[in-house]
Amino acid sequence: MWYLNLNFYMKTLEEGMAFVLLAMGVYITFRILDFADLTVEGSFPLGAAVAAKSIVSGLNPVLATIFAFLAGCIAGMITGIINTRLKIAGLLAGILTMTSLYSINLRIMGKSQISLFRKPRIFDGFERIFGSDYGTLISLIIIVFIVKILLDFFLHTEFGMSIRATGDNPVMIETLGINTDFIKIFGLALANGMVALSGALFAQYSSSADVQMGMGMIVVGLASVIIGEVFVRTSKIPFATSGVILGAVLYRFAIAVSLRLGFDATDLKIVTAVLVIIALGAPSLRRFLIQDEFAEKLLEEVDEDA
Amino acid sequence: MLKLENIHKVFNYGKVNVNHALNGVDLSLSEGDFLTIIGSNGAGKSTILNIVAGTYTPEIGRVVVDGKDVTRWPTHKRASFVGRVFQDPLRGTAAEMTIEENLSLAYMRGKRRGLKLGLNKKRRDEFRERLSWLGLGLEDRLEDPVKLLSGGQRQALTLLMATLGEPIILLLDEHTAALDPKTAEQIINITRRIVEKNKLTVLMVTHNMKQALEMGNRTIMMDKGKIILELQGEEREKMTIGELVKKFSEKSGQELTDDRVLLAKE
Ligand SMILES: Nc1ncnc2c1ncn2[C@@H]1O[C@H](COP(=O)(O)OP(=O)(O)O)[C@@H](O)[C@H]1O
Ligand SMILES: [Mg+2]
Repeated sequence: MWYLNLNFYMKTLEEGMAFVLLAMGVYITFRILDFADLTVEGSFPLGAAVAAKSIVSGLNPVLATIFAFLAGCIAGMITGIINTRLKIAGLLAGILTMTSLYSINLRIMGKSQISLFRKPRIFDGFERIFGSDYGTLISLIIIVFIVKILLDFFLHTEFGMSIRATGDNPVMIETLGINTDFIKIFGLALANGMVALSGALFAQYSSSADVQMGMGMIVVGLASVIIGEVFVRTSKIPFATSGVILGAVLYRFAIAVSLRLGFDATDLKIVTAVLVIIALGAPSLRRFLIQDEFAEKLLEEVDEDA
Repeated sequence: MLKLENIHKVFNYGKVNVNHALNGVDLSLSEGDFLTIIGSNGAGKSTILNIVAGTYTPEIGRVVVDGKDVTRWPTHKRASFVGRVFQDPLRGTAAEMTIEENLSLAYMRGKRRGLKLGLNKKRRDEFRERLSWLGLGLEDRLEDPVKLLSGGQRQALTLLMATLGEPIILLLDEHTAALDPKTAEQIINITRRIVEKNKLTVLMVTHNMKQALEMGNRTIMMDKGKIILELQGEEREKMTIGELVKKFSEKSGQELTDDRVLLAKE
């Protein structure tokens, strides 16, 4: 049976780890900056495209991955500038960048798909140390945790705190001397850099980059963040980012299990979307139900009085 | 110290709902002046504060602070010399962040923020001391998120934050109006002490006539974007609330319509 097979867990955990930084990027925009950023759909394949193209051109995979991160930063920056300087709504700004990125990604790759089969990967060094069975997983875990720890630290610095405050209360932080436009641009750059990094890791992990691979990534990121929040309910940063890691991995497992149970891969997107709708809509839904309950009680009381 | 010269602020210029919110306001404050501002709803009181804070830029006129023309400076650039408290306690603090994190944000007012940790032992000690000075017991709750605080506690914290980092001007916009009377009084007392301690120049909007005459050393009354009465010195000391309300009807040709003002007469 598949669920008794260690390989199933290993593979799914690896995939989950490759997607953690996507979720982390979405966490930064959606939860910290309070900005629904669709750039993600373009910056994920952008990271994959830049890394893949660099690697097949003979560049060191570590450098290729760093380039992918930087490319993602630029993408986020552009969304930020469109939003803050040109005053175009955040959602639309993201869509505009995402749409442009589709063309750019095709230009970078020169075709719609690049295979990285038997090409050098960022995991190679670790595989030499830890063996080919565990090398990939261990290297992914190391990369994810380095990023997590750096992010945790960063968000507690003077500068990082002002990013959190910008999402929390922009009016207030402006009166304390922060240019919130700059902070938004910076935050979007950082977030999309991480998303592109995730794209670069996933391309190397799956040995291929594809222009279509960004589709639905925003929802995947949101679902991961939300699942994480079910288990870790706090705004304390180190716990919250741990929650994001957990959420991304659990999401992958949910998907993998559904596939094994015979769900059609093409139906999974709507399942994920509905999950996100329910999770994000829960507070309103609850209020609605409570209202009904309240009305019933009130009615009873009125009846008793009569 | 602070000069407003012939300030005009027009909203929706060229549209049917054009609104001349400030219509030629001149005001000059010296260091240490404490100005109270009264007037009916929509008179332009908040707009004056917004002009000083940089939230709005006037169409005509100049804002001068310590000899520098800051008329076109954005809000964040003015933070180094302006602290501000709004009416709504929720507006002055970051709810999800802790008390000490909020204080740290204010501590760096107008300064470059780098990659140093925002909190360390030295800062925590200082924050604890400043909080205990408020006398609300907040010094034992440094790590609580601000959303757990009551309105009054939040407003006290906002006052503290608005005066951290050495601003020289403090703007208070009906900052006790959303609080119950007892809490409001507590906040007013803290306001007096904090202004005294930090030697600030203050502009305070209030709908409480008694407060307007008792606090500070100067008072202006506004109507339809204009200053219609200025009080200071002996004339101000002799002024009573009844007389002030009468003066308003005389000058503006109408009754003082803000019911909150009337309620606060007693
Ligand atoms: N951002 C804005 N856009 C349009 N009109 C505004 C704006 N801010 C204030 N006003 C208008 O300017 C006038 C003065 O407002 P305000 O200064 O808030 O009055 P108050 O004395 O009650 O504080 C009001 O008529 C108000 O509707
Ligand atoms: Mg007002």
